[in-house]
Amino acid sequence: MPTPLLEITGLSKSFPGVKALDVVDLVVPLGEIHGLMGENGAGKSTLIKVLTGVFARDTGVTRLSGQVVAPNSPREAEALGISTVYQEVNLIPHLSVAENICIGRQPMLLGTIRWGAIVKRARAALARLDLSLDVNRQLSSYSIAIQQMVAIARALDISAKLLILDEPTSSLDKSEVEELFKKLRILRQDGLGIIFITHFLDQVYEITDAITVLRNGCRVGCFATKELPRINLVAHMIGKTLRQTEALEQTRASTATIRSEAPMLEARALGKKGSIQPLDLDIRPGEVVGLAGLLGSGRTETARLLFGVDHPDQGTIRINGHATRFRSPRSAIRYRIALTPEDRKLAGIIPNLTIRENIMLALQASRGSWRRLSLAEQEKLADKFIQSLAIKTPSREQIVRNLSGGNQQKVLLARWLATEPKLFILDEPTRGIDVGAKAEIEKLIQSLRQDGLAVLFISSELEELVRQSQRVVVLRDRRKVDELTEGAISEEAIMESIASHSVERPEA
Amino acid sequence: MIDWLSDLVFWIVFAAILFALRRQRIFWTVGALALLLLFNQFFTPGFFHLQVLDGHLYGSRIDVLNQGAKVMLLSLGMVLVIATGGVDLSVGAVMAIAAAVSSRLLVTQHQPAGIAIATALGISVLAGAWNGLLVAGFGIQPIVATLVLMVAGRGIAQLITEGQIINFLDPTMVYLGNGHLFGLPFTLTLVVVMLLLTYFLVRRTALGLFIESVGDNDEASRYSGINAKQVKFLVYTFSGLCAGLAGLVACSNIKSADANNIGLYLELDAILAVVVGGTSLQGGRFYLVGAVIGGLFIQTLTTTFYAKNVSSDIAPVPKALVIIAVCLLQSEVFRTRLARILRPLEKLLKPIGSWLSRSQATIARHDSSKP
Repeated sequence: MPTPLLEITGLSKSFPGVKALDVVDLVVPLGEIHGLMGENGAGKSTLIKVLTGVFARDTGVTRLSGQVVAPNSPREAEALGISTVYQEVNLIPHLSVAENICIGRQPMLLGTIRWGAIVKRARAALARLDLSLDVNRQLSSYSIAIQQMVAIARALDISAKLLILDEPTSSLDKSEVEELFKKLRILRQDGLGIIFITHFLDQVYEITDAITVLRNGCRVGCFATKELPRINLVAHMIGKTLRQTEALEQTRASTATIRSEAPMLEARALGKKGSIQPLDLDIRPGEVVGLAGLLGSGRTETARLLFGVDHPDQGTIRINGHATRFRSPRSAIRYRIALTPEDRKLAGIIPNLTIRENIMLALQASRGSWRRLSLAEQEKLADKFIQSLAIKTPSREQIVRNLSGGNQQKVLLARWLATEPKLFILDEPTRGIDVGAKAEIEKLIQSLRQDGLAVLFISSELEELVRQSQRVVVLRDRRKVDELTEGAISEEAIMESIASHSVERPEA
Repeated sequence: MIDWLSDLVFWIVFAAILFALRRQRIFWTVGALALLLLFNQFFTPGFFHLQVLDGHLYGSRIDVLNQGAKVMLLSLGMVLVIATGGVDLSVGAVMAIAAAVSSRLLVTQHQPAGIAIATALGISVLAGAWNGLLVAGFGIQPIVATLVLMVAGRGIAQLITEGQIINFLDPTMVYLGNGHLFGLPFTLTLVVVMLLLTYFLVRRTALGLFIESVGDNDEASRYSGINAKQVKFLVYTFSGLCAGLAGLVACSNIKSADANNIGLYLELDAILAVVVGGTSLQGGRFYLVGAVIGGLFIQTLTTTFYAKNVSSDIAPVPKALVIIAVCLLQSEVFRTRLARILRPLEKLLKPIGSWLSRSQATIARHDSSKP
């Protein structure tokens, strides 16, 4: 047997109160795309961070092409040929595309930067991904999807032996994912080893050769992808049979829970220039309205208008029949509207505050600063939601930054549930979240509906939308193009509705 | 003999406080203060000497409390501003304005002290509100926004005093910075009252949480329904009030208003006090008591240099070195690095270490053998 490209044996890593990795092995041969699967908090990110020198290991040995390596920083790891694209885009938004690709290893001449060479190198790196961008433009002027591609181009620019992709596809649309996979296959033929982390089962089966499954910091096993039935993979990941999720798939959302025909929220010709074209939208109590569309189709923009983050320049919003205007999220919250944002890190969590503080925050904000919740009330509130939403944490005083993505999302849901909202806007609540947490969140949405809440559910995953919604509004190119009602909702119908109106490829 | 006894009591109390704080963030601040005092105990004769005159306590430690009042007052406002992710560079200039306004009203306008003090504080609040308006209302970066008043403020103070140094003898005004209450300088009472007031304002209400939330993640706080602008406006206004009080104390100390020198560079001492007190300049979590103790630390340092006859021209250099040392001690990165560097020493210390762990194991066995 030839020496594998990467061989990790007996790797352990502990954080205060948590054993993040417990004697984990991982073997990646040359020219293999290796899936790393596991729920949130299973230890995938920690494994990657140890491998790339972000964290120091407690025990264990890493061999790269047979040589023992122990990088102390991502820089050292890059020098060894291990480069990484992280889950969240880790580039610098205010710098240009070219600068982002070359930063930290910029070609120098006599102590000065060779700008021409940078541009050339950036173009070459992007060309490998078949992307032609204006490399001098500021990175932030491009969509998140493009930024993600730039991050990958940056990783390819280093002469990498091992490429680690941590949830690279969570912000990419279907065609972009396929584009990426095409590139990955070429890289595989070039003899690169690729570690691919994702929550999308389809993608794992489409692209990987072998899969290592982690659960609670332990290695469950390493399997050849072809020989591992999906249901077994999921069972390995969550450590139980899938009765829970299967049950969910069978229950189709029905209109039975709709309490009244009078909408809770009624938007008419609501729009904002450059953000979303005027659209009508009704949401009734006890109804889940799905908002479908490709990335950049105006879904998040619609949510921002309805929550008072942005101000519409035309149209009206009526809440329970009363015309109103939201000057800020504060005024929307006063009407018992809640929103969990698409970008958890930017607009969601308060990273260095505790779970307790994050959960009580919105309720406290609506009470004002004088009517402070007593510590006992805060703790009761936190404990209640930690239990009912099954937030995995050693203590309610844990800093939220240390939680996994799924648990952070649950903390955000708890923050808003504590305010007892009437309308809940969920913008991609299941993005980057493992199967178990996903099922729990879907179940939560159903129970919200049964309690008579109006829900606006934004998601890129069509099957999720189909399962949850009684009505689906389809957006394309920042315009409402269709509205599917019960009976007509199916994945094909939504896709058709997105596609049939699409003449040219939508702007990314 | 009495001195010896009182020193012993002092150190026992201090050690007890340190022990009680051993798991708190402000442990390092109090520890640094303890080290500094310990240095003075051994190397500065008379530093720990206390005496009673006319029923008032006198001594270097009392001087530290009295002189440190200004920085401690400033740090109360500064810590809240820094917690929101900002900084207030104008506090020194606002001190000068408050001093100028009060003494002008007292001396030139012959107003009673009450009115002079109230007006000076009112104008300081307005100055703080101006900063708040620039930062919260117009989104100007805090450094730039408060730099405006830092530069212009002294000019305004000069205008008010018409370029003169105004001397006053009004007993109320003089009492503020020189009087005694309960045998201790009145300024100490002022600091304690302001500390309690601030504590009530931020920790007994939810304001402190909102401040930390805004400082940690501005955008997410807005999404959660927190009025981030209002919070920021409030902390700058409050910082103005604190600066006004400090300005009154400062001019009372010297019984005159010197627009050029009152509060000069004190904004830097206040910022250092906050940082030494364990609050990060990036905003978020803040430590109120830490900031006040940080202020005390800075003043102790200054007084130590006076006592050691370090010329005030070069005093900033050793001061900077000590402050860097304290900040390094607070840095987790530095502490781990230090531990790594010291690792070779472990070999030398190993015999002691193994002896220690053996004896600990013995203790543990004894413990576990208990029912």
